[in-house]
Amino acid sequence: MTMKIMPLVLGAAVALAATAANAGTLDDVKAKGFVQCGVSQGLPGFSNPDDQGNWTGLDVDYCRALAAAIFNDPSKVKFSPLSAKERFTALQSGEIDVLPRNTTWTMSRDTALGLNFVGVNYYDGQGFMVRKSLGVASALELSGANVCTNTGTTTELNVADYFRSKDMPYQIVAFEKADEVVQAYDAGRCDVYTTDASGLYAQRLKLTNPDEHMVLPEIISKEPLGPVVRQGDDEWFNLAKWVHFAAINAEELGVTSANVDEMKNSETPSVKRLLGTEGEYGKAIGLSNDWAYNVIKHVGNYGEMFERNVGPSTQLGIARGLNALWSKGGLQYAPPVR
Amino acid sequence: MTMTHADESTSEAYVRDRMVEDAAPPSSSVGAIGWMRANLFSSIPNTILTLLGIYIVYLVVPPLIEFTLVNAVWEGEDRTACAQAHGACWPYVEAYFWTFIYGRYPDPERWRVNLTFFLFAIGLVPLLVPQMPFKREGLIYMLAFFPVAALILLTGGDFTYAGFFLPMPEGELRFWIEFLLVAAAVTGGIYLLTREAGGNAKGTALSILAGFGVLAALFFVASIDFGLVEVETPLWGGLLVTLVIAVTGIAASLPIGIALALGRRSNLPIVRLISVIFIEFWRGVPLITVLFMSSVMLPLFLPEGITFDKLLRALIGVALFASAYMAEVVRGGLQAIGKGQYEGAMALGLRYWQMMSKIILPQALTLVIPGIVNTFIGLFKDTTLVLIIGLFDLLGIIQSSYTDPNWASPTQSHTGYLVAALIFWVFCFSMSRYSIYMERRLDTGHKR
Repeated sequence: MTMKIMPLVLGAAVALAATAANAGTLDDVKAKGFVQCGVSQGLPGFSNPDDQGNWTGLDVDYCRALAAAIFNDPSKVKFSPLSAKERFTALQSGEIDVLPRNTTWTMSRDTALGLNFVGVNYYDGQGFMVRKSLGVASALELSGANVCTNTGTTTELNVADYFRSKDMPYQIVAFEKADEVVQAYDAGRCDVYTTDASGLYAQRLKLTNPDEHMVLPEIISKEPLGPVVRQGDDEWFNLAKWVHFAAINAEELGVTSANVDEMKNSETPSVKRLLGTEGEYGKAIGLSNDWAYNVIKHVGNYGEMFERNVGPSTQLGIARGLNALWSKGGLQYAPPVR
Repeated sequence: MTMTHADESTSEAYVRDRMVEDAAPPSSSVGAIGWMRANLFSSIPNTILTLLGIYIVYLVVPPLIEFTLVNAVWEGEDRTACAQAHGACWPYVEAYFWTFIYGRYPDPERWRVNLTFFLFAIGLVPLLVPQMPFKREGLIYMLAFFPVAALILLTGGDFTYAGFFLPMPEGELRFWIEFLLVAAAVTGGIYLLTREAGGNAKGTALSILAGFGVLAALFFVASIDFGLVEVETPLWGGLLVTLVIAVTGIAASLPIGIALALGRRSNLPIVRLISVIFIEFWRGVPLITVLFMSSVMLPLFLPEGITFDKLLRALIGVALFASAYMAEVVRGGLQAIGKGQYEGAMALGLRYWQMMSKIILPQALTLVIPGIVNTFIGLFKDTTLVLIIGLFDLLGIIQSSYTDPNWASPTQSHTGYLVAALIFWVFCFSMSRYSIYMERRLDTGHKR
């Protein structure tokens, strides 16, 4: 849909992402020809612009998957970088269609804020990083440690809860910005650096000798991160959910962007249903029957997205852990297409 | 006797026929030593200050040189080059440099930004350099041609209008009918009001009509399809956004500020009251609050589906905010002008606007050049606040580049901030030097 400009009395212009009243999000998206996707202002591995200005990351790939499912073209997506404070307003006001912005799924957000969580595309949790030379193998050995963290976030509270419940003394060294925390930890002002585990891996790259540091196995909080849509548009909610599930199902069934064309001839019923060679599953979410084929062809399955953005071969080098498939000891599980 | 006289006249011992050679001044008062004695060590407090200064330079400069040159990394393809660095990581700046300037403005379209910068520069030169001709043409170019050209070049033009309130199908026709209605209503209303008040109703109405004419022309030109690809404002970034916000703020704040300052000193109670309320409101809230309201609260008030462009929100907020400050600076200048100037102007039979534009304002504005430029420089630096509403100005884009895992390294953020500081310093320092130059040129009457 074209951008429309209308003069107010003083000549101020209002851009209208013209929505006919009560039209569904999917119809709007189809009409304007792209998905407007709210992402972070820069979080390594999830959504961050590279030196060419292209967005990359796990959350970004979800947006591209959505665009691929709807338009058979992963480039038909526009990104709105949003701060943590304005993200929900942007979604509620219709400025964006979907918000995959490393947002933790909590009860209050899911209910009182009028949001719907599509699923969990990354199981995160607060972890600890220490120097290897400290000789510590578990967070339980951190008694009496100086802990570096950010001020005013839940990480500080989680640390307090954890150390108190284990009856261990500790000292908090808190800073306003993530950069300062890293510098303080690097300079040796504290023994432990704590934040979300995915963040620990990203911040580790800024240390003088990243290899001298390790992330401890303990995760002390639950941070299931997932894309969010507005409450009250079930059609769009379903579509968003199933694009996410399709990527996970594809990994489980061994369908990748490389072999998806061969798999189209597969005789396995579950693969046939996923790729749309059997049944009419695309129609139920308002799309063509090869919607999942397009997602996998253009963006890949969940495992490929993970490998490309945060996996062991990237700079971040995060192991699958909780984010492995349920069949491989992780938590990623998707309902079947049938 | 005659002999004696002759002896005397020829004797060099008594009469000099050329001046004595100047002796060299004492070595302690010339050359480097003399200069230092006069300027650096003239008294005990001065000596202490000098030594302190040298100590501070010693503390700051060698580490800075060490960081930026000696220990710096000059070549590399990704973070591995800088992972062990103790100095600046220049390959990171090299990789990101054009992003710092243009943001995510698409590569093939960047010539449009360059052309805009160029058009701005050639418009600015005749206005800034007193020896250059074409002052009037330059002003018309900058006020009328350049803003429209910049708007079309940067956004791509080809706006379509949907119209607003009339019960008829959306489209250009509805928009233009509404435009005519609004123009007629406003002009008519003001005509009637001015006539009641006994003013020059016809002249006022005509100038307002002319304003609407200019507006209509602008809307029309903006709707022409020049075949440029649309580049939406979320893609803009870096120095481009900083300059767009700063230049718009500067260009809007001066005229609005002057109008508000005159309004606040006006004898008409309503005009004065409105000006006072406007100024005190905008001076009473922090800029960060204004931006935050515009990005978080405003969308909740608007009907669902209607969204203001984010950059436009920031532009309006910054312009109104700067205008309030500018108004008070200009009012300071107006108050410094003696009553005699006003009375003299009125005695010559000048009307209000003639008096203001020919007698009072030229003097008042000259007086407050330092204050005006101060506001400009403050505004230029305040543009970094737009980061909180998700716009990537120069500082914002530099900070966002820290999240790229391909370039994450211990000195990445230091290097980035250094670049930001340098670019901001160049702009602010040039403004400051230009203002001093202008003061010296214009302020001859008050020179001490």
